[in-house]
Amino acid sequence: MQKKRITCLGMIICLIFIFPSLCGAQKSIILATTTSTQDSGLLDVLIPVFEKKTGYFVKTIAVGSGQAMAMGQKGEADVLLVHSPAAEKKFIAEGYGVNRRLVMHNDYIVVGPAKDPAKIKGMKVSTEAFKKIAGAGALFLSRGDNSGTHSKEKAIWKASGIKPEGKKWYQETGLGMGQTLNVASEKNGYTLADRGTYLALKKNLRLEILMEGDAILLNIYHVIEVNPAKWPKVNAAGAKAFADFMVSKEVQDVVKTFGGEKFGSPLFFPDAGKQEEELGK
Amino acid sequence: MDLILEGILKAFYLLVTFDPEVIKITFLSLQVSGSATLISLLIGISIGTMVALAEFPGRRFVVSLINTGMGLPPVVVGLFVTIFLWRNGPLGFLGVLYTPTAMIIAQAIIATPIVMGISLAAIQALPKNLRLQILALGATRFQMVWILVKEAKLPLLAGVMAGFGGVISEVGASIMVGGNIKGYSRLLTTATVMETSRGNFDIAIALGIILLLLAYFINLILTNIQQRERPR
Amino acid sequence: MNVPAPILEVDGLKVRKGGALVLDIPSLRLEEGEMLSLIGPNGAGKTTLLQALACLIKPSQGELFFKEKIVSSNHGLFQYRRRLAMVFQEPLLFDTTVFENVSSGLKIRGLKRAEIGKKVAENLERFGILHLVHRSARKISGGEAQRVALARAFATQPEVLFLDEPFASLDPPTRESLIDDLERVLRQTGTTTIFATHDRMEALRLSDRVAVMNRGRILQIGPPPEVMNQPLDEFVASFVGVETILTGRVSKKDKGSFLASVMGHEVEAVGEVELGETVVFCIRPENVTLSPSSPKGATSARNVFTGKIEKVIPMGLFYKVQLQCGFPLVAYVTGHSLEDLELREGKEVVASFKATSIHIVRKK
Repeated sequence: MQKKRITCLGMIICLIFIFPSLCGAQKSIILATTTSTQDSGLLDVLIPVFEKKTGYFVKTIAVGSGQAMAMGQKGEADVLLVHSPAAEKKFIAEGYGVNRRLVMHNDYIVVGPAKDPAKIKGMKVSTEAFKKIAGAGALFLSRGDNSGTHSKEKAIWKASGIKPEGKKWYQETGLGMGQTLNVASEKNGYTLADRGTYLALKKNLRLEILMEGDAILLNIYHVIEVNPAKWPKVNAAGAKAFADFMVSKEVQDVVKTFGGEKFGSPLFFPDAGKQEEELGK
Repeated sequence: MDLILEGILKAFYLLVTFDPEVIKITFLSLQVSGSATLISLLIGISIGTMVALAEFPGRRFVVSLINTGMGLPPVVVGLFVTIFLWRNGPLGFLGVLYTPTAMIIAQAIIATPIVMGISLAAIQALPKNLRLQILALGATRFQMVWILVKEAKLPLLAGVMAGFGGVISEVGASIMVGGNIKGYSRLLTTATVMETSRGNFDIAIALGIILLLLAYFINLILTNIQQRERPR
Repeated sequence: MNVPAPILEVDGLKVRKGGALVLDIPSLRLEEGEMLSLIGPNGAGKTTLLQALACLIKPSQGELFFKEKIVSSNHGLFQYRRRLAMVFQEPLLFDTTVFENVSSGLKIRGLKRAEIGKKVAENLERFGILHLVHRSARKISGGEAQRVALARAFATQPEVLFLDEPFASLDPPTRESLIDDLERVLRQTGTTTIFATHDRMEALRLSDRVAVMNRGRILQIGPPPEVMNQPLDEFVASFVGVETILTGRVSKKDKGSFLASVMGHEVEAVGEVELGETVVFCIRPENVTLSPSSPKGATSARNVFTGKIEKVIPMGLFYKVQLQCGFPLVAYVTGHSLEDLELREGKEVVASFKATSIHIVRKK
């Protein structure tokens, strides 16, 4: 008898625990963005503000730019915050997205071991630096995951006329930015990273900034609403609200100072309203 | 080595200060895996027992299906559940993708064949005439099944622990269907992966330790139920 | 003349397993209060019959009547089964205390705790295991476990008790003691019982009627003396312990008795036969007397033969002596007789048996 009572009590307690958030299908939007954006911590600051202001529940799905746009193509996301301009333009051209608006930028840097075997420190042109790395056969780690960072890296290789795939010194990790930086640090290799992630992990890495400032290294973020004409199920109103929010003055001000105290310099530069061509000048 | 030490200290710190985010993800891990295990228990034990006791054409085929299910790669389950739950997928109207509910569904799918397969073997391992003896004592079919399940308590609980162990430690499917959304669908396992990829190894190790402690305590309770000795 | 209704009756019962007919019982009646034993070799169908009568397996054909009402699955077979009890060769106890085991049948029927306590104590007492009441079923001996199984069966006050070789896996002293106790309890309660065994001594001891089974059929059913001494055919004969089975042709007939030629020797027997007919002689070894080579005086036995001992086999309490008298003959002797007569292999003896002790089976 005693046993039965305890079992019943146990089951009731379980039921109270169970089905935690069967609710939660209220107004929600799916934001597909990149791991580096997520890892920078910027969204952790902005999203709660947006949710409070508009009452929307934002499901932030952090994947690579490639996958984010694939989700947009299938109508499985409502709004994208990505940084892969070439692919984005194609995305818009094919009619999957509308209202591509510039939000902010940061930049990529080339990091590597302090010893700098390829001697690229202080160079100003990334294509030249990459040529030197290839020439020296120095270890280079690529993300290899179709992310924005990976696309940028591939563009630089292409511009320098080098095909690194398959070469012994060129290794593709298939991992996120943070992990790739760790691998590079462990193996004393070079890699292309966004400044934000590098700064966040700097204390654990044995890598230094060896090359920065080239215009081509600009990492530009756009917000794109998924085209409701193609996918009627998308939350078009929510997507627009979020996109408007990202380019609003209030948010742009936050972006301007974000990361300042922690890393010494802000991680991003707000650009809403500007034209892409103006940047970097 | 000192990384691990850092991790242990961090784990201790997080627990002692009741860090709200850690509490939340620990609770959620327990809720999600607990619910999934409960569902797998109900479905797994009932169907496993039925198949063990019944005779029907194609029975051996069904048993081999169940046994194969025990080894279902969780990531594959996650992929298929995602495809089904996509907005434009067959179950999209439910709108449960990227919610804890989706994680419960995926984990239940992973755990159920494990519990089912072990229940099947457990019931089959009982003495052949026991079923007849229970019927001869005047039991209805339902009473008979209940008594058989009680007799097979030891291996059945091992099955439940195997199912629970399989899902509390699961990460691939949980990330895919849950989205690892902060404060909403983030679990101990998915958070560990995220912190690792961010390079925050101390936090990652801390979360790992907390996960191990959680799994240990749950299994301690289940083991006690399993091994409880009769008086004298 | 009022014939009381049988408690259990079977009509055209057939059970098929995997296409083969494993049980074929055209009719069987079980009277209230009687103890019927089923004997037969392994695979004879004893277990199948018991399980079919208890509705634990579904017959392919046939009907079962309990107290003249047909038993069907319409109202749930468990209602019928609640009026019976069965004990198997293995105790099949539950992994809990002796008390919980014995009360399991009562708990299944939804009895209240107070009543259960009373009935359990009563039945533990009956089988002398009251002191084990709180012991774990894992920690008792084989004999004790079987007592628990019996107590569990009797606790529900069954109207028919089915026992499927319950003593087969016990050692002789345990078996003896249990049979004693069971006998006593059965006499007290008067419970109708069907008891399957392959030990004919057990069957003889406990039963009102014995049924000999082989290949799914009942070959002969009747009170023990009848079956043992008047087996209907050779199979039954050999199964009930008739050691000498001979074939002969009737050569001479007289009033009620006749002479038959068995392997060149003349054997006298009693019965209604035709001249020239082939008959089978069943001679129980207990009815064969051995005496030293030169016969002392006239014996009342008509059949006296000289023979040589081929083999002496110790059988525990007595000895089986195999002789060759021109035809094979088996006798049982006590240890004393063995010594007194100095019986050993190769020795010549005189064997005799009464004409009236021979049971004849007419070959059809």
